[in-house]
Amino acid sequence: MSVVSAQGLSLTYPGNIEALKSVDLSIEAGEFVSFIGPSGCGKTTLLRVVADLEQPTGGTVLVTGQAPEEARQARAYGYVFQQPGLLPWRTVEGNIFLPLALMGQNRAEAAGRIADVLKMVELDGFGTKFPWQLSGGMQQRASIARALAFDAELLLMDEPFGALDEIVRDRLNEQLLELWRATRKTVLFVTHSIPEAVFLSTKIAVMSPRPGRISKIIDNPLPADRPLGVRETTAFLDVAAEVRAALREGMDE
Amino acid sequence: MMRWLSQSFVPVVTIVVALVAIWYAVAIPMNSARTYMMAKDDVEIAFSELVADTWSQKKPQLPLPHQIVAEVKKQATFSWIWKEKRRGYKRSLIYHTWVTLSSTLLGFALGLGLGVSLSLAIVYSRVMDFSVMPWVITSQTIPIIAIAPMIIVLMAPLGFTGLMPKGVISMYLSYFPIVIGMTKGLRSSEPILEDQMKTWSATAFQTFWLLRLPSALPFLFPAMKIGLAAALVGAVVAELPSGARAGLGARLLVFSYRSETIPMWANLIAAAILAGLLVVSFSLLERTLNRRLGFRNAGEASS
Repeated sequence: MSVVSAQGLSLTYPGNIEALKSVDLSIEAGEFVSFIGPSGCGKTTLLRVVADLEQPTGGTVLVTGQAPEEARQARAYGYVFQQPGLLPWRTVEGNIFLPLALMGQNRAEAAGRIADVLKMVELDGFGTKFPWQLSGGMQQRASIARALAFDAELLLMDEPFGALDEIVRDRLNEQLLELWRATRKTVLFVTHSIPEAVFLSTKIAVMSPRPGRISKIIDNPLPADRPLGVRETTAFLDVAAEVRAALREGMDE
Repeated sequence: MMRWLSQSFVPVVTIVVALVAIWYAVAIPMNSARTYMMAKDDVEIAFSELVADTWSQKKPQLPLPHQIVAEVKKQATFSWIWKEKRRGYKRSLIYHTWVTLSSTLLGFALGLGLGVSLSLAIVYSRVMDFSVMPWVITSQTIPIIAIAPMIIVLMAPLGFTGLMPKGVISMYLSYFPIVIGMTKGLRSSEPILEDQMKTWSATAFQTFWLLRLPSALPFLFPAMKIGLAAALVGAVVAELPSGARAGLGARLLVFSYRSETIPMWANLIAAAILAGLLVVSFSLLERTLNRRLGFRNAGEASS
């Protein structure tokens, strides 16, 4: 059973702006799918539809076999936004605890889980710090830890590293890949960086604008075990070239 | 301590000394009219005599700091607690300050309640959003001095006299900044955080309690400080038309009828000290809360 599936999914905003037009998609459990495309191609909108933050105007979407609203209420996914979105008046631990508290856990029950996810994103020892005491990259890691806290099988990430510098970004990409290999969660990852998409994904969905749609889905032949150095190999560069060509094609149409 | 001395103490003292010097200088020409009036026509007044007289008149145009301080010292007694019970007017400045403070606090509490409830209604109901705000703003365009007697007259038949109408008048001034600040504050949470709460299926109340209310606090506190000062103005004004015999406002009226400028100024100073104390105590509360909430601008400790 696919974790996320869409048939003929469309979303037209008032004023006849077609953010998404007849998108077909099927994502299996354990896949890491990147959505890449120029701005205005609807990649964020697609992710928000899956998360039930936007309502489609046509077609069907199923998230873990249910309607998006049911999936959201069942807490079937964790969502990482472009900005860390940490509450400034809560410590890192307090922020990670927040979704768990909303699910009715108390602090003592959650303590173990909070420590686990902090370790996963290599933030152990920073739990009692406030967000402003952390660097941008650490804040984003805390945000990822929070999305992991309630152990949903699906992780939706909307350009989580877009605002970070390249060195931090590389490091976080490596960590994310390790995390994905360890947990085998299904990840939907929005990005506008070709190297990031190729480095992380098992599948790359290339999107194009006006109307927003998936113009090509590229299977990534790279092995699951990828050190950062893989980015200098010809196999990597071939995939990147293919993505770039697909992006250009989508723009020209 | 040294830092405090160099950074705050010296500049503050310099300014105060300068102001007092200007005050004494300005008092000479301002109070001189009475000196010349009282003097015999053909007598030349030496400058030293002029200074001595203008700085020590009984009913000067501009009372001098030493006169006001002496008056405050004389009147700020607690003797009204065991004496003066039978007299028509109590003289103690502390007693009158307390009377004004009590209606200030009542008015502020009412204003806070009304302001916060109105802003909740505005933020959570579209109808209220469109209908209430214009009235809130209109309410502040009517001078309080015009409305105050009406409130007293209208509330008397309902059995409310004394403290309550004064509190209501005070509320009328103090709820306004609170509505404005709280409404702005409740709407200040970032859309991304609202979305985040939605992805966790938070209920409306959870979103309010965990996100919107804490986001509103940095807006609420300055609004409360303005509201507090406004409540004090309201309390003083409320004492003018109510026939009140006690309170700083009532005393101001009495002294102004008698042109007793020194006690008037003593009352003004008492009101100013009261306002200062109220606002400072609120700032301390705000700082404590901000520290507990871990906000960055929670004072020097984190800078």
